[in-house]
Amino acid sequence: MATDTATRVLFDEPGPRGRATIRIATIVAAVIVVLLVAGAVWQFAVHGQLAAYKWQFFTYTAIIQTLVVEGIGNTFLATAVAAVVAFPFGLVLALGRLSRRRVLSRVSTAWIEFFRSMPMILVVYAFLLALPRSGLVLPVFWMLVVPMILVSSASTAEVFRAGIKAVDKGQWEAAQSLGLSPGLVLTTIVLPQAFRIVLPNLLTGLVSLLKDSTLGYVVSYGELMQQGKELVAYYHYMIQTYLVIALIYVLINWLLTRLASWLQARTGTRKTAAAPVAVDLEPAQ
Amino acid sequence: MDSIGGMLRDNAAFLLNGVLTTVGLTILGFVGALLIGTVVAVFRVSPITPLRVVGTVYVEFFRNVPLLTLLILIVFGLPDIGLLFPLFWCGVLGLVLAGSAFICETVRSGINTISVGQSEAARALGMSFGTQLRLIILPQAFRTMVQPLVNNFIGILIGSSLAAAVGVSDITNVTQQLNIRYAEAVVLFLLSGAVYLVFALGAGGVGSWLERLVSQSRIGSAR
Repeated sequence: MATDTATRVLFDEPGPRGRATIRIATIVAAVIVVLLVAGAVWQFAVHGQLAAYKWQFFTYTAIIQTLVVEGIGNTFLATAVAAVVAFPFGLVLALGRLSRRRVLSRVSTAWIEFFRSMPMILVVYAFLLALPRSGLVLPVFWMLVVPMILVSSASTAEVFRAGIKAVDKGQWEAAQSLGLSPGLVLTTIVLPQAFRIVLPNLLTGLVSLLKDSTLGYVVSYGELMQQGKELVAYYHYMIQTYLVIALIYVLINWLLTRLASWLQARTGTRKTAAAPVAVDLEPAQ
Repeated sequence: MDSIGGMLRDNAAFLLNGVLTTVGLTILGFVGALLIGTVVAVFRVSPITPLRVVGTVYVEFFRNVPLLTLLILIVFGLPDIGLLFPLFWCGVLGLVLAGSAFICETVRSGINTISVGQSEAARALGMSFGTQLRLIILPQAFRTMVQPLVNNFIGILIGSSLAAAVGVSDITNVTQQLNIRYAEAVVLFLLSGAVYLVFALGAGGVGSWLERLVSQSRIGSAR
């Protein structure tokens, strides 16, 4: 039954009495879960939040158009643009940090450490207020995406660094003894292997970026959260709207996370597991 | 320069309050997440199916929902069903829910690193579940969990800044308000950034210290 080592560590293989206890506990737990769910539904019902019209709302074409087409579309656009810039940038930072040139390495390290412990919302606020004062007015899209890039470049750099370091030392040595130049060793031998190692973690980085894009709510860029805010301002279905939005995010991120663990299992390298992952409340990892 | 000094002096109490709010959010969020995360981890690996299902759904939901979405749901959504909490506690609740999903996975993979032989030996010695957990499993699991837990802590610290977006007066929110009044965006950004940087580095330092501490207390150290 139990595949998890932790299950076998914590719980002994049950005997007849143990199985009886488990059966009783299962029933009790099931009853409690049902009661809790019923309690939650009751809480909705008592406050009139189950009224059909408040939920049918989300089947209207115009609303689907706003949330799914525009909201999710813009969320994906911001995430994709940020990723396309931040991931290569992160690779450059990682190579910089690993470089033997001290100045380069110091600068990259400082950049990475700074933006890794900087909350993105702080960067967003700084952009919103500091830039217009210095006469630079960016479109709202970039007010969101540039902070996303800055913060993500730092965490992605650490993912790449871990991946490069996870490539076996023998690979470097073998390539060098074949007479390849350091640049060729890196680009033809080490990086392709590192990429395979970090791929799952890059997907987790994508989930982080997608979560960061919710700050469109703060800069008023029309991604999913912002669309929700506008819908709520017009129709006042607060809990319904935000619940639907939360479920959309959970679904998208869950799919991406599943893909990441599938890739991880498929490449089957245990090295990735040892690699430090970006700080997310996941910080994700 | 003078005006900046004056601004900082005039608003010292306001700023300090912001720092304390951030500290409060982070510490309460982390402690709560540690407690609930551990319980959910036990749920997820228990032989009782409904608990496993609840644990899995809990983790998948709160790990994948963006923290800002969760906070907005708590602050603006829950009053719709009659649940109205003070803003600060809304922030703490959001951090606990999201943080516990991540800490649950930390704890679970920590316990996963322990070989089954350890607990079999403990059971053979007649130890109860609690004793086993306290003396054999958790001390060993904790050793591999220190670094990930520090990361979880820093994640909660950084996440606490999102409470500013729903109106909790943490350091991010306070500097944002001062920003609007004094238009000293760069200074204020660096100031509040320094707060997060110092706490994150501090947490990292405590983490390395803890790691050294637990790696020294190998099996056999008397309790």
